[in-house]
Amino acid sequence: MFSASSIQCDRSMIGFACAPGCHTLCCVNVSLFITCLTDTFYPRTGIAVVKVLEHLGCKVDFPEAQTCCGQPLWNNGFAADAKTLAKRMIRVFEDAPYVVTPSGSCAAMIRDYYGEMFEDDPQWREPAQGLVDKTYEFVEFLIKVLNVDLREHDVQWNGDVTYHYSCHLRGIGVTDEAERLMAQIDGLNYMPLEKKEQCCGFGGTFAMKYPQISGSIVNDKVDCISQTGTATVISNDAGCTMNLSGACRRAGCDVGFKSLAEVIAEGMGLIDVDVE
Amino acid sequence: MSASTTSLTLKGHDILFPPLPYDMHARADLATGDDQLQRFINNATLSKDLQRREVCAQTFGDNYDAMRSLAAEIKQHTLDHLDHYLEQFVDAATGTGAHVHFAATAQQANEICVGIAKREKLTQCVKSKSMVTEEMRLVPALVKVGVEVVETDLGEFIIQIDDDAPSHIVAPMIHKDRTAVARAFERELGSPYTENPQELTQIARNHLREKYRTADLGICGANFLVARTGSAVICTNEGNGRLCTSVPRVQVAIVGIEKLVPDMNHLAVLLKLLARSSLGQPITVYNHIMTGPKRKHELDGPEQMHIILVDNGRTEILREETREMLRCIRCGACLNACPVYRKLGGHAYGAVYSGPIGALITPMFKGLDKYPDLPHASSLCGACYEACPVKINIPKYLIQLRAQMVRRRITKWPDRLFYGLWGMSLRHPATYRFGGWVQKQMFRAKARAAGTAGRGDRYTDRGWLSKAPGPLAGWTRARDLPTPPSNSFRYWWKMRS
Repeated sequence: MFSASSIQCDRSMIGFACAPGCHTLCCVNVSLFITCLTDTFYPRTGIAVVKVLEHLGCKVDFPEAQTCCGQPLWNNGFAADAKTLAKRMIRVFEDAPYVVTPSGSCAAMIRDYYGEMFEDDPQWREPAQGLVDKTYEFVEFLIKVLNVDLREHDVQWNGDVTYHYSCHLRGIGVTDEAERLMAQIDGLNYMPLEKKEQCCGFGGTFAMKYPQISGSIVNDKVDCISQTGTATVISNDAGCTMNLSGACRRAGCDVGFKSLAEVIAEGMGLIDVDVE
Repeated sequence: MSASTTSLTLKGHDILFPPLPYDMHARADLATGDDQLQRFINNATLSKDLQRREVCAQTFGDNYDAMRSLAAEIKQHTLDHLDHYLEQFVDAATGTGAHVHFAATAQQANEICVGIAKREKLTQCVKSKSMVTEEMRLVPALVKVGVEVVETDLGEFIIQIDDDAPSHIVAPMIHKDRTAVARAFERELGSPYTENPQELTQIARNHLREKYRTADLGICGANFLVARTGSAVICTNEGNGRLCTSVPRVQVAIVGIEKLVPDMNHLAVLLKLLARSSLGQPITVYNHIMTGPKRKHELDGPEQMHIILVDNGRTEILREETREMLRCIRCGACLNACPVYRKLGGHAYGAVYSGPIGALITPMFKGLDKYPDLPHASSLCGACYEACPVKINIPKYLIQLRAQMVRRRITKWPDRLFYGLWGMSLRHPATYRFGGWVQKQMFRAKARAAGTAGRGDRYTDRGWLSKAPGPLAGWTRARDLPTPPSNSFRYWWKMRS
């Protein structure tokens, strides 16, 4: 007989017994970086992420000392303040083998800019690169690290959806991952958005400082959303979701917004189906 | 009248030279409220962007990215050794019989060009499209000394007779349609009103042919300069550039110093990308490589060829931290891909260069304090970077400019105070949680008062605000603001463990 401790765990097989006697729960330790907006505005997404990852055999940890990755400060030119927060992030997730976040934009902040931030800082360069290398957006993590095929998990979710591709996914090289996962969900009928590649106009403080421009851009999206006639929009970035849902509500376009994590969790029966 | 509203009353090329510091809000309001402009610009940019993707995918396939890297490397290498290549170019061009001039500023460049016109007693000029001459405001400078200048690029020609200003690097009249052209032709050229594109082109052609025949001065820019051969290269789709540079007795090419490439094989790479990135064409219709004036045994061509190399702020950008910006080959792909440009068009940028690349180089050329809006009027979506054939990381540099504004205190003090406090509150989980809690209570109280508090469980019971106070007023001007639900994720986690 094998004992669990003697098993070499093959991480390519997560979600299944990779070797006789392997308890898959021991396979992957994941630290969740929840992000400010998801924590406050979309907690259900965070809950779904935790439940889906656990269902797939990960051990999820949530370091409560985390705050913000510094993106709003960095993007507005407050580099020194952003750096202080980045150092905090690096320390908080120092021991995590993987850091997973339900936001492409916060993942992009770390992956696109933490390296550059500490380029000339011998003390922080390596730890910063460490965090860069192990940070993943949730959907990306499912596909690139866990090699998940939802068809093997009987995910059933009935309804028409459309999907908003968040711009910051571009920066981290994520393209059609979410669409591939959606195609693996039973009963889910995906209707692509026209002008899929076009930004929703959020851009953080841009939305507040240039409401005429940002508003005009997001109204374009609202039109595209209404054209699909779907009841649900899948949007994986809290910032985009706030912007899109707010604009849809203002325009009288009656659609619900969900993250893909929520849809998967509902489809796996891990959380109750929510009709927003 | 405030500077921002004054800019609305400007006409002609003055549109691109508004009172400074430039506040873009007035023109942004105007542009986003103009349905016709929205339709023209949206359609044109979307279709050009799509064409670029399709043609690049067709030609380069999986090598598109590698191709862009190669082009970026070529331009970067040339800029890294610009002194060497400039010297090589000057030697080679002089060897072909061309006169090479240096101009440190726009004014100097104008003086050189006007000087040539005066010395040679030139009175009639045909000009092909050139962005650097827009920078210099060359046309009025020539007109002032009695030279008649005709823009020969069809778009620029229409802009000229309609007393308008170009609004796109490649498609200057992207903000107009053919009815505007028809009206301008009827008014200015006395031709019968027609909206038929073929007929309109024919009217312009007849008018311009006569101008070519009588012109004694031909002015062009250059898309590239080839260092080894001393050649200037222009790419046009109408053939007007070729006529401008070969018919008149004196030819003047006015070119920014960043346009150099080392040799012909490098030129080939860039020509491939330029045509595909700008208009989604496999190749530009006329690629004109000019190496020196008419030789003794040749029958036609200009007797004199002048090349004016213009700095006008470029060596300032050549500093290592910003050098990458000078790779730009002015293809306009970033404009077409940009959600902001698609909504504003070019004039709202208040400068010669618009779109993402304009938002970068305009403040570099003219001063960040003169264009404080440009680096901020971007959602940093990165579509420009993805489209750029020479991989200029525009979002990254926009953020750098924003950081410079903070360092130089161009960013106003309420903003500095706000971000300072916000940054501080994020340094500790306790203050972060407290800040989040206060914000939530405030928002939820407002939503309850407005009767829009949400239903659902405590993790989804979001409410809505249609009018928010303070800095969030901008948000609710354009869309509703969701409030946080009763419980945060942190709360759930705490309860669970």
